[in-house]
This record gives sequence, structure tokens and C-alpha cells, in this order.
Amino acid sequence: MSESVAAPAPIVRRQAPAAVRRKRLLIAVADHSILIGIAICFLAPIVFIALTSLMTDQQALTPKMWPSPFHWRNFVEVFEQAPLWRWILNTLMYAGLATLGVLVSGIPVAYALSKLRWRGRDAVFLVVLVTLMLPPQVTVVPLYVMWAKLGHAIGFEFVGSLWPLIIPAWLGDAFTIFLLRQFFLTIPDEYLDAARVDGCSEFRILTTVVMRLAKPAIVAVALFSVLYTFNDFFLPLLYTGENSSNWPVSVGLSQYRNLHQVQWNLTMAATLVVMAPVIILFFLAQKAFVEGVTLTGVKG
Amino acid sequence: MSSTPAAMAGASAPALPGPDRRQPKKKAVWRRRRLVLLMMSPWILGFTTFFAYPLVMNVYLSLTHYDLINPPRWIGFANYQYAFTNDPNLWPAIKNTLWIIAVGVPLQVLFAFGIAMMLTRAKAGVGFFRTVFYLPALVPPVAATLGFVYIFNPGIGPVNTILGHLGITGPLWFNDPAWAKPSLVLLSLWGIGTFMIVFLASILDVPKHLYESAELDGAGPFQRMRWVTLPNISPVILFSVVLGVIYGLQYFTQAFVAASIAAGNASQAGAASSLELGYPQGSTLFYPVLLYYHGFKYFNMGYASALAILLLIVSFAITFVIVRNSRRWVHYGGAIR
Repeated sequence: MSESVAAPAPIVRRQAPAAVRRKRLLIAVADHSILIGIAICFLAPIVFIALTSLMTDQQALTPKMWPSPFHWRNFVEVFEQAPLWRWILNTLMYAGLATLGVLVSGIPVAYALSKLRWRGRDAVFLVVLVTLMLPPQVTVVPLYVMWAKLGHAIGFEFVGSLWPLIIPAWLGDAFTIFLLRQFFLTIPDEYLDAARVDGCSEFRILTTVVMRLAKPAIVAVALFSVLYTFNDFFLPLLYTGENSSNWPVSVGLSQYRNLHQVQWNLTMAATLVVMAPVIILFFLAQKAFVEGVTLTGVKG
Repeated sequence: MSSTPAAMAGASAPALPGPDRRQPKKKAVWRRRRLVLLMMSPWILGFTTFFAYPLVMNVYLSLTHYDLINPPRWIGFANYQYAFTNDPNLWPAIKNTLWIIAVGVPLQVLFAFGIAMMLTRAKAGVGFFRTVFYLPALVPPVAATLGFVYIFNPGIGPVNTILGHLGITGPLWFNDPAWAKPSLVLLSLWGIGTFMIVFLASILDVPKHLYESAELDGAGPFQRMRWVTLPNISPVILFSVVLGVIYGLQYFTQAFVAASIAAGNASQAGAASSLELGYPQGSTLFYPVLLYYHGFKYFNMGYASALAILLLIVSFAITFVIVRNSRRWVHYGGAIR
């Protein structure tokens, strides 16, 4: 008797009444079945694209959904029929140079906008936000004219190449600046002050303290930049539309069907080839992606 | 937003008497200004060359006739006059753009919010669902559009085949003027992942004790969502609405690709390059598409500039109105943002 009193009575959570439990279970089942339904709808397009990319061109013209036989050669033919490698190379050049550019030019600007105090800083940041919000169409006509004229003047065809997209990336990209500034703000000033007291110059603080602490944000920005350049269509179409040897993948893919009428199987194979790198990149860097998206949304 | 005392000691310290003291201080201030200028220089250069200058040029070009070959010819407001009185494509383009914004953005936000809510309640497989719902947002738009045009192909696409098995005659989707825009909305709903992730993160950020006290006050699940979740995440909803509207105003890639692919598909015989504006029957002629054709297919640079100026004004106005009206329903907690 005395023993049982001494032992601390375990806290037993009162079970919810049967009716409540049944209701909860039903809601959970309903939730999950809706989620599964939507998940199927979300996966279906990719599955259908993959299935069609394995059909023969005859079969791709019928409503049949399952490939028989599996025509794996499509993925070889895709590379034979279109200069897909060339487009991929162009995209890689664009993505690589532009991403390097937005980082090199964007990091110091973001630092000046978040960790240095100077008059007019907030006004400048507002201007950065405005340039971020306005559609690119607003400045695209004079820019096109500018590149065309500049190319004429120095004898280099900017129009027809990807350089009109790469060069501006080296001169401060608004999205990069915005995102990095938001992250830099979360870095406690005490770290920076400690470095300053030790006689560290602002540039060294930036390259050692801040950049090390902001690694996730920098990775996220680089990912977004690669993704953006990979997906970019309007401006590449504008500048390289007439010069197929400089097409990036996005423009090439959009023209693919015009090059190969009716061959849905090959078109879908090409589509899958273009999707693959992004999906692989996502699975390699899933955490950085999600963190980056959350950073833009919640802290904005 | 705490200050950086050590760094600013030079500028904010009370002025001490004596010329010896002032000289280095002045020097420090200048060094500081030079540093800021140096760090800001990429942006300053980029902003003037690739934003301010073209913006001013745009205003000028919009008042000229310019075909890129002959020098611009001053014609005053004739471009604007033509836009409002004669251009048969302008109003359809504006209407289509408003349609895609008015229908697309609310659906995207609602859908993303709904999925996020269900994910916060889900017991199992959250990680799996999150990945599946986010993944399509990463698919390159051109690839996604190509895939959708095929999947919704009226004759051979899987969607109408499945609908046929269910005894429903599917519409012509991208080939039907009445269905082309809804098809594009479906495509945009597929890519909802980014909004969903943002909503999910902010819903999970809502303090638990608010729900608990609401529950104690007898609030049901719906009331808790209406009076606890929604007010707490309203800034994020505003953010996505503004973003959705901005994207809507520059909606180009999907519309352009879908129209050209579906049109080529309809005229399978041969060269599909006899491009029809906004196939089918102008139903996917959005404002940026119109601008693209005028500027870079017909090389009416002056007229395209006028269209760009109108777009600029509208973008400004819409963003302003949304942010202004939002004060009524956006709740910024106690925290300073």
C-alpha cells in the first residue's frame, strides 16, 4: 500500500471519447486521400512524358498510354537529330557565367545595404525593390536597341549571342541583392564589431566573417540563379532567336517541334532530357532549395 | 536592426575640440564614403546602364516611329493614340492578361494554401508529399508547357483518353479558344510548389499557444483557421498575391510556347511558322506576347516602347493598390518588419 503511494503515479493521458476519435480518424483519412489524389495528379504529367518518350513514333500518335515495345533509342536519336549538346553547352555557359556574376557583384552590394550605415541606404534599397518588381518588358526595347548599336559600333554581334544576358549579371542583380541583404540582416552585428575591433577591414569582414556565416544563403542564391538562367526564355529568345547556334536549351526545346513535326515521342524525350538536370539538382540540394524559398517568402 | 557602434564611431562621436582631432575624423568619413561607393559600384553601374537609361530611352522611343534601321522619327503621341483607338489586338491582350491574373492568382493562392493546410495536419508522408508538390515548380517552363500540350492533346493525349474511358468527351484544351486559358491555369496550378512551401513554413511558424487559447474559447477547426492561421500568415499571402500579379503581368513563356506548339499541332501538314497571334483565335494573346510581336517580329520599336510604358504604369498602379488596400486585412503581428 505504502509502496504504491511512494511511486509517482504515471500521467495517463485521458483518451478522447470514441466519437471524437472516430471523427479525427475520418478527417485524417479524408486529408490523406485528398493529398494522395493531388499527388497522383502532380506526378502524372511527368509519368506520361516519360512513357511517351519511350514509344515508337507510330505509337506516340495513338491514344495508347503504355509503350510497347520500349523504344530506348529515342534518347540517342534526340541527340542525333538536334544539336542538343550545343544548346546544353550554351546554357551551361550562360548559367555558369551569370551565376558567378550575380554572386561577385551582388555580395558587396548586399553587404553595403545591410551592414554599413550611410545616408540614403534605405532609399537605395527601395529602388532595388522597384527594379525587382517591374516586368523586364519595361526596359527591353531600348536595351535591345542599345546592344544592337553597341555591337555595330565595336563590330561584335551582341544581338544573336547570350552576352546581353551575361554582362548585366556582373553588374548587380536585384533579386540576388535583395535575398542576400535579407540574410545578412540576420547576422548579429556583434560578430562584425568584434572583427572591427581586431582591426579587420570591411572587405576582410565581408570575405571571412559574413560570407562564412551566410553560406546557406549564398548557396541558395547560386541555386536560384542557375535555375533562373536554365529556365529563362523570353530574353534568350529575344537575343538569340535568329541565331540557332547560340540557343540555350529553353529556346531550342521550344523550337524542337517545329524542327521535327509530329514526332511526339522524340519531343517528349527531349523534354525529359531538359527536365532531368533540374530534378537531379533538386534531389542533390533539396535542403538548400527549401531553405532558399522560405527565406524569400517568410522574411520578405 | 541594431546599429554598428564601433564602425560609426568616427561619424557619430561628439566632436572634440582641437584641429588635430578633426582632421583624421574627416579623413575617416571620406574613407567610409569611398568604401560604400566602391561596394555599391556594381549596382550603380548596372542600375544606370540597364535600368535608368533604358527607362528614359523608352519614354523617348515611345514618342517616335523607329524600325531599328532608320533613325527614330518624332511622331508625338501617335503611338498611344493608335494603341487606344486603332489597335485591334490591344484590348483582347489586356482582357486576356486581366483574366489570367483575376482567375489564375486567386486559384493559385487558394490551392497552395489548401495543400499547405492539409500538409500541416497530415500525420504521415509529409516529406514525400512536400517533395511531390514542390518538384513541378522546378520543371523548366518550356518543358512543362510542351508536356502539358501533349498530355492535353485532344486526339492522342492521355487526359482525353482517360476522360473518354470515364464516358466524358474532353474539350479541345489548348486548341479551343474557350479552353486555352483554363488549360494554362491548370499548368500554373501544377507549378504551385513555391507558394506551397512558403505557406507551409509560415503556417508552422504560427505560435501554438494561439491555437490552444482559441480552442479553449471553443473555436472549431474552421474558426481557428479563419481567426488564427489566416491573420498570422496574411503578410505571406499578400506577398504571394503581389508576386502572382507581377508574374501575371509578364506572363509570356507558357502562353507563347503553348500557342506555337498547339498551332503547329493543328496544322500538321507543314510549316507552322505562319504564326497566328495568340492561337487559338487570339485567346492566348497576352500583353507581353503582343509587345514581343510588335517589338521583335514586326520591329515597331516605337510602338512597342509605348506598350512598355503603358505596362509600366499599370504595374505600378496595381502593385500600389494591392499594397495600399492590404492594410485593411494584413496583420503584422507585434513584430517590427
